[in-house]
Amino acid sequence: MPDKAAIDRVKTARSNNRPTGVDFIENLFSDFIELHGDRRYADDPAIVGGIAYLGSMPVTVIAMEKGHGARERMSRNFGAPNPEGYRKACRLMKQAEKFGRPVVCIVDTSGAYCGIEAEERGQGQAIAENLMVMMSLRTPVISVLIGEGGSGGALALAAADEVWMLENAVYSVISPEGCASILWRDASKAAEAAQSLKLTAQDALELEAIERVIPENDLGKDAFYSALKEQLIARFGSLSELTPDALTERRYMRFRKLGTKNLKEADHAV
Amino acid sequence: MSFINFLNKPKNELESASKLPPVASDENEPSKACPECHRQIPLSQLWANCNCCRDCGYHFRMNARQRIHCFTDADSFKEFDPELQSEDFLAFPGYKKKLELTETVSGEKEAVTCGTALVRGLECCLFVMDPYFMMGSMGTAVGEKITRLFEYATRHRLPVVGFTVSGGARMQEGLLSLMQMAKTSGAVQRHSDAGLLYITVLTNPTTGGVTASFAMEGDIILAEPKATVGFAGARVIEQTTRKKLPQGFQTSEFMLEHGFVDAIAPRDKQRQIISTLLKMHSGGGQDAG
Ligand SMILES: [Zn+2]
Repeated sequence: MPDKAAIDRVKTARSNNRPTGVDFIENLFSDFIELHGDRRYADDPAIVGGIAYLGSMPVTVIAMEKGHGARERMSRNFGAPNPEGYRKACRLMKQAEKFGRPVVCIVDTSGAYCGIEAEERGQGQAIAENLMVMMSLRTPVISVLIGEGGSGGALALAAADEVWMLENAVYSVISPEGCASILWRDASKAAEAAQSLKLTAQDALELEAIERVIPENDLGKDAFYSALKEQLIARFGSLSELTPDALTERRYMRFRKLGTKNLKEADHAV
Repeated sequence: MSFINFLNKPKNELESASKLPPVASDENEPSKACPECHRQIPLSQLWANCNCCRDCGYHFRMNARQRIHCFTDADSFKEFDPELQSEDFLAFPGYKKKLELTETVSGEKEAVTCGTALVRGLECCLFVMDPYFMMGSMGTAVGEKITRLFEYATRHRLPVVGFTVSGGARMQEGLLSLMQMAKTSGAVQRHSDAGLLYITVLTNPTTGGVTASFAMEGDIILAEPKATVGFAGARVIEQTTRKKLPQGFQTSEFMLEHGFVDAIAPRDKQRQIISTLLKMHSGGGQDAG
């Protein structure tokens, strides 16, 4: 992977020219049928969900969608989900569990929407519930970060068996601008913050927060999607061999080990 | 820097918590102004009243030790993992120094204190976050301590009571801080799947990644009066929406009104409310006491 400044990856990840969630749905799956709404309040256009074929396998697909062009981007709320988006995702994941379908999540958001109504409808609770549901979901889940992986709003669709990142995607606890303005009261230090936050795909791989980095450039569009599709089919093939108990245990341990390597402790655990 | 003075006070000053001693008359005694009713409160009186204003009930912040002292039965708290702390594994600018300074000033090694305790004779696992340790931010040590506590509680079939206070995930530990949200949620889920009770008490402020994980995952969610409780920061929301925020936005009362909190629990009622809930879930019947 070429050496590239972290802030340049951030810019690439945010670029309007990048394929969005719906592009991935169109290119990876067939016979996609969109399923709308959270059955509680509304349908969130920032999250697109439904059922499709991955090769010959029915799967549930949940994708964050930023939209193309000014008008669509606005109607998609620039890919910033509201609580009803996370609740729709939660509903579709439970549906997938019921019918024994694997779940593919396509993640691309600057973060969960920061709005008055989002708070009134429990943005924090919606994300928390998704995390609990995903951590115990008895069907395989693979999340692919295709652009921005913005904090808890991205993680809410990435508590998965495996998380893959595109080469130029970023995954971060906070935006570099937000980090710079909180720590140094200077948003212009975003480049420095981006470097310090270790938010590139390669960083995430080294931190063992993800399993794979998907190269972007050396293939044409069709070859890129068909390679990714083959990888998904193969990985679901092996994950599907696990019993639901073994699968959820494995997923728990996947997250359980994160952050345990770098702790100071005088005496041992209980 | 009144809160530094407050922190430096020896912990045995707190001994007679929840009983009201005579008002200290020493005019030289340091005091603190109540932000609500503006009365000057001598610090000894404030500590004796669990850091609440006796006149108007304003809830001041309190550190983890003081809260444990006020909430649990005397000498019943047994701490887990007191030595566990985060390291500056990303070599994040300024973090190592900040950790050292925070440890010196707060006397704590991390932003959460965990263990077992009795509340009116009922055993529970307890975690208490500390606003004086990097505003209760969640890094890898906080996530690990909370996960271990839930695992212990699941193994020993104990309920968990947790007091949250947090500015969110600790950015100096990058992505691995974020991952603690999923990790702790997994541990809470397993505890829940085992049929065990989890009560959270949201205190001022509970925001960000902690709100979006274990704070909002309780079977029963209580909140201290007028605490700030929300996901996104108020300033960020104002900047994003360019709207004026409504009165009382992101308070405990706002969360109650919108259905995300079960009840407001003032500090002086918490022992009673929570011990009653623990008892109701202990499989035993009601008794006269
Ligand atoms: Zn007062």
